[in-house]
Amino acid sequence: MLEEPFSIGSTPFHKRDPKVKLLSATAISLVLAVSSSMLVAGVGCIITAVLLLLSKPDPGLLFKRIFHVNIFTLFLWITLPLTYGGETIHFLFLNPSLDGIRLAMLISLKSNGILFCFIALIATSSTAALGHGMTQLGVPQKLSFLLLFSYRQLFVIQQEYQRLQRAALLRGFTPKNSLHTYRTYSHLFGMTLVKSWNRAERVQQAMVLRGFQGKLIPLNQQKSTRVDYYFLLTMLFLSLLLATLSFISISQYSP
Amino acid sequence: MTNNAPLLELREISYSYPGQNSPLLQNVNFKTDNEQIGVIGPNGSGKTTLFQIIMGLLQADDGKILLHGNTLETDKDFFRLRCTLGFLFQDSNDQLFSPTVLEDVAFGPLNHGATPREAREISILTLEKLGLKGFEERITHRLSGGEKKLVALATILSMTPKMLLLDEPSNNLDPTTRDRLITILREQELPHIIISHDLDFLASTCTRLFTMHNGQLLPCEEKELHSHEHVHPYGHKPHQHGT
Repeated sequence: MLEEPFSIGSTPFHKRDPKVKLLSATAISLVLAVSSSMLVAGVGCIITAVLLLLSKPDPGLLFKRIFHVNIFTLFLWITLPLTYGGETIHFLFLNPSLDGIRLAMLISLKSNGILFCFIALIATSSTAALGHGMTQLGVPQKLSFLLLFSYRQLFVIQQEYQRLQRAALLRGFTPKNSLHTYRTYSHLFGMTLVKSWNRAERVQQAMVLRGFQGKLIPLNQQKSTRVDYYFLLTMLFLSLLLATLSFISISQYSP
Repeated sequence: MTNNAPLLELREISYSYPGQNSPLLQNVNFKTDNEQIGVIGPNGSGKTTLFQIIMGLLQADDGKILLHGNTLETDKDFFRLRCTLGFLFQDSNDQLFSPTVLEDVAFGPLNHGATPREAREISILTLEKLGLKGFEERITHRLSGGEKKLVALATILSMTPKMLLLDEPSNNLDPTTRDRLITILREQELPHIIISHDLDFLASTCTRLFTMHNGQLLPCEEKELHSHEHVHPYGHKPHQHGT
């Protein structure tokens, strides 16, 4: 079952208005994403790590998430130093490229920084709250519907698939490297699609019957408080600070 | 508009699914006002299709639907109808889509223009009436089958309908939940149309019975609806009767 474990909690991060958190996360991750300076990436990573700690996530779950993202960066650490070229150093029997290591480091810092920022700011709200927050921020309704309904539909698709998989299992299906297995899986996927589509149609009917006219009205309308504004200002200030750091480092290294 | 026009009237409704030769519904005529009606009929005889046509989810090939004597044509007309008639789906999973029970029950009132505060009050009251107090923050997809059915009923009752359409409401319910549903339907005293194969259930909730036969909705006046008790081995264990 899909869960939102990080959205449950009572830290100041959880209590903030989703709108404010969306804006803050956009600002910080944007600066981190476009920057090519090691200083910005490093300081950004530290700042977002502090934010993450303040949001008090469950350590076990947190490490699992961080691990998943870093499988990708691990591949970069394996491939980039060996393929990037340029100045090299001697390490055991390998000659890794210095620029390659630098680039892998930069990407790792940036991706982890953005990850920390999203877990601290975005994952501490429920998907439904984020969807409504997006609408209130003026994001096109279609986009926030896409988020809300794909989130809802994920459960349904997962359930349909599990049901079919169980049915196959109970009738003695053991996956092997055979045509029968591939055919069975293609039937399973096809059926999952068809059934999910049908179900989505019925859900839509249920919504229309209850007066849905293309506008979702949230039950819990969160009003931004003064604390929310201070929070937003602090986050925007941090982003600005990070952005300024990139000018410092550029002027230092540029000839 | 005439004042003594029936709440719901169907005139010469015909429908056939695309690609099928024989029509599923053929010139269905039906009128109901303040009655509690049961509809029986074999699987695939068009009972659910008829409900979907009434609610405007499917468009009939031919015929008219009238609400209080007014013919329904546009989407706006059907929007009005959907405020008046509450339709309980066969599968409650299709009906519940919000994360929490309270949000789901409040969805209808919010769409009909209630403020969030009003919608919250209506929803809490509706849940309380159905004996679902304390369910407000429960996650909808983790409820049991019986709980889902009752919550789905709450999502409809919170819109204060004038009439209910229930599609096989007693399916897959344990005896306790089934009895609870019967009690709720009796207490509501709302007119309703119930599709069911469960004759005992219909006997406890309906005053008139119709059957779906050859695409027609026919009254079975000759059958007197009644409930009875009888004895047989293992009768004290939960069991089902052939219907």
